[in-house]
Amino acid sequence: MTVIREVLSRVLFYLFSALIGAFFALPMLWLLLAPFNARGTLALEIPRPFTLANFEAVFANTFAMRALLNSVFIAGGTMLVVTLTATMAAYALSRAEVPYYDLLTYGLILFSSVVTGTAAMVPIFLLANALGLVDTYVGVILTFTGGLLPTAIFILRDFVEGLPRSYEESAMVCGATPWQMVRDVVMPLLQPGMMVVAIWAFVQVWGAFLIPFVLLRTPERMPAAIAIYSFYTEAGTPILTLTSAYALLYAIPVLVLYLFVNARYGFRFFGGIKR
Amino acid sequence: MTQRRPILSMPVGLLFLLPAMVFVAVFLVFPSLWVLWISLTNQTLTGEAALRPRFVGLANFRALFDFENWMVRGYFGNALRNSVLFVIGSALIGQAGLGLAIAWAFYRRRGIWRELIYTLAILAWIIPDVVVAFMWVAYLDRDQGTLNAILSALGMGRVDWLIEQPLLSIIIFNTWRGAAFSMLLFSSALATLPPSYLEAAAVAGARPWQAFRDIILPSIRSHIITDLVLITLWTFNTFTPYLITAGGPTFRSEVVSIYTFRIAFQHFEFGRGAAVAVVMMLINLALALVYLSTLRREARAR
Amino acid sequence: MARIRLEGVTKVFGAVVAVDDLTLTIEDGEFFALLGPSGCGKTTTLRMVAGLERPTRGRIFIGERDVTDLPPQARDIAMVFQDYALYPHMTIMENIGYPLKVRRYARSEIHRRVREVAEVLQIADLLDRRPGQLSGGQQQRAAVARALVYPPQAFLFDEPLSNLDAKLRLEARSFLKHLQKSLGITTIYVTHDQAEAMALADRIGVMDRGRLLQVGSPIEIYRRPRNTFVATFIGSPPMNLLRCRFQQAEAVLVLGDGQALALGERAEALRRAFRDGEPLWLGIRPEHLALAEGPGPTHLAARVYAVEPLGVETLVTVQVDAERIALRLSVDEPPVLREQVWVRVPMERALFFREGGELAL
Repeated sequence: MTVIREVLSRVLFYLFSALIGAFFALPMLWLLLAPFNARGTLALEIPRPFTLANFEAVFANTFAMRALLNSVFIAGGTMLVVTLTATMAAYALSRAEVPYYDLLTYGLILFSSVVTGTAAMVPIFLLANALGLVDTYVGVILTFTGGLLPTAIFILRDFVEGLPRSYEESAMVCGATPWQMVRDVVMPLLQPGMMVVAIWAFVQVWGAFLIPFVLLRTPERMPAAIAIYSFYTEAGTPILTLTSAYALLYAIPVLVLYLFVNARYGFRFFGGIKR
Repeated sequence: MTQRRPILSMPVGLLFLLPAMVFVAVFLVFPSLWVLWISLTNQTLTGEAALRPRFVGLANFRALFDFENWMVRGYFGNALRNSVLFVIGSALIGQAGLGLAIAWAFYRRRGIWRELIYTLAILAWIIPDVVVAFMWVAYLDRDQGTLNAILSALGMGRVDWLIEQPLLSIIIFNTWRGAAFSMLLFSSALATLPPSYLEAAAVAGARPWQAFRDIILPSIRSHIITDLVLITLWTFNTFTPYLITAGGPTFRSEVVSIYTFRIAFQHFEFGRGAAVAVVMMLINLALALVYLSTLRREARAR
Repeated sequence: MARIRLEGVTKVFGAVVAVDDLTLTIEDGEFFALLGPSGCGKTTTLRMVAGLERPTRGRIFIGERDVTDLPPQARDIAMVFQDYALYPHMTIMENIGYPLKVRRYARSEIHRRVREVAEVLQIADLLDRRPGQLSGGQQQRAAVARALVYPPQAFLFDEPLSNLDAKLRLEARSFLKHLQKSLGITTIYVTHDQAEAMALADRIGVMDRGRLLQVGSPIEIYRRPRNTFVATFIGSPPMNLLRCRFQQAEAVLVLGDGQALALGERAEALRRAFRDGEPLWLGIRPEHLALAEGPGPTHLAARVYAVEPLGVETLVTVQVDAERIALRLSVDEPPVLREQVWVRVPMERALFFREGGELAL
């Protein structure tokens, strides 16, 4: 009786695993095959002949390569600004007596969940327009920064709260000035948290479509998320060979960062790490 | 309130906070307040109304809630209805249900299957929007798509998913896209439960599903609420379906976020678009308040 | 090296008075233990001396210098934290050398001095490791080394042994005492463990609910606790307290169950201190009690409640009416459970506390 149940539950478990695995894997397979296929297709077929010509064509396309670089600028710029300002803010929230602390944290959570890219696209566009930031990287970076900061601050605040205060107190007793304390003790200990936030911010911005789509005009400034729509025929249908190759290239940094995070920290879980 | 002497003095603390607060104030708080004003004007992108927008009172809102055409495709009621179905189907049932199922199936298990499925789910979650959009357009294609190839191999007919079932398509897509969040949240919630909970239940003679219902679910109740509120919020605001169906055909998969975008950036009626944004933000606000009250209750319970 | 003086020091957190009007002088070179249960204000007091907490009222002096308004950096003190606060990203060498590094000593000088203290603390072979690779006892020594490397005016210890297991704790205890005696640096040592305070300190200050209840040498505090709180906080097992009533005419103490204890020679003193019929506490240490063969004027009838052999001695708990009394006996044949026994109370050893708790005799 129990043996039968055991076997049954094993079978059910493998069946469940296989089904779920297929559900997640099947849509991705196309992206692994199509870029190496000389013939553009939406079908799942073994590339025959196998070719790297699609990548060669994409690499030769200066506009598309420029767009990848633009994505690096935008995502990297946002990453730096967010990580730096969020670290400072999170440290202050945890270690200084901040007036109206409750109101501030409450307000941050509230605004960050209420004001989303989709809800705020009209005023964000008008604001960028009024500040002369339409069609500039600064406009895109600052808009992303404003949106990502509250979550980044909360992730980092958890890291700061996880540091025993005795680290800083012992530095003070050792005779360190506040600046020495921050440089020698706080920053090195917060490095994992800053790393997490930096990667998180980079991935968020790297994959985002709407904000640059609304704020940028000049084709040469477009990030890869938008430039991918340039591999179209005159008739307006995508050239599948190039699109798929470019999509794979564009996805690789995210995959690499995922592998890095997974290997280095394990994919630990921080609050609303992705939205 | 901390009971200790702060490590940073208040002026230094405020100085540290300043840059972040300026960015948040200018690019998050201010737009959300400004949109209230825009929604009361006839602001457009070009022409007379772009330079000198006129105050039009609640006209934009009246247009949104014009109940004569309310549910006609392309109108706000239709978008709202689609959003509700989209949220219920893809977030509350799809992501939360699938996430919980996976987390429970792999509770206290290690091994290749767990690694595989977690990796796949997380990849689906972090790959850029446009890339997953292309994958899904290919996947759901009527003639060449992988899904139809499988269905026909199983002897079922081909379906032109994006044309015949656009709303169902983006619901399944979004379940796939976001299930990882619920999965990770529930896994970490389950991981914090002491094994003795289940062992005690097993000793008491409870069947696995009874233990799940009577012990596991109540213990992770607050996580479930947190999860449901957050994924509702995110799903309601996501713009990614636009990249797959563009809201079509004939607005059959047009959710509120796509509707806003169409009104504001294709028709360039910023006033009307802002009015939709205000309605969206009110819905977000209601969800956020639910979220905050659960957070507070958890904090108090701790 | 310096004496430390606290004058009327008070610390208020919101509505809670953590430290209440504390005045205390710790002599130059003295090993002083602040002892009390958790939440009594001892750690807050230490942190105020360190400068990690600012007193609400009162002044603090280190040497002749008023340091009340100085930050920790300027106080020239060293502190060992309960969790040691060794920086996980630095080697032990860098950790110990940190006080020198922030004072901009040359690298070679830092290395030389770190080696020197590391030799003294017998951790010289661990200098290249990181804190995570050290055992609890080694970490504790590294933390002490960091406090020593730049000779301070005073040493502050916040429960430094509480994270060690019982065996290591004894070892570290005697080591600390030896070290402090050989260096002669003024030391304040916070602990909730009375045995630790007794073993280490030249003088102990017992605190409860923000107040300093008694200051004195370990023996003074053990022999003449000023009130029932100190009496029951010091000693393991603590002093037995028996609630009874003074009957002047018979010169006896009457317990709740009606048993009487003859006061003998102490009757006269009690007559002067207590009114007839006044309730009081009779305090007696477990090691002063003994078993008797039968009834007697200072014997109590009791029933054995528990017998715990500890090797050298046997801990026997007996029940007299509703109260339990502990005895430390070194007899070879301890009583058995539930047995009826007689407990002899040596009146010359007894202390008498007023009903409110303060020591009368």
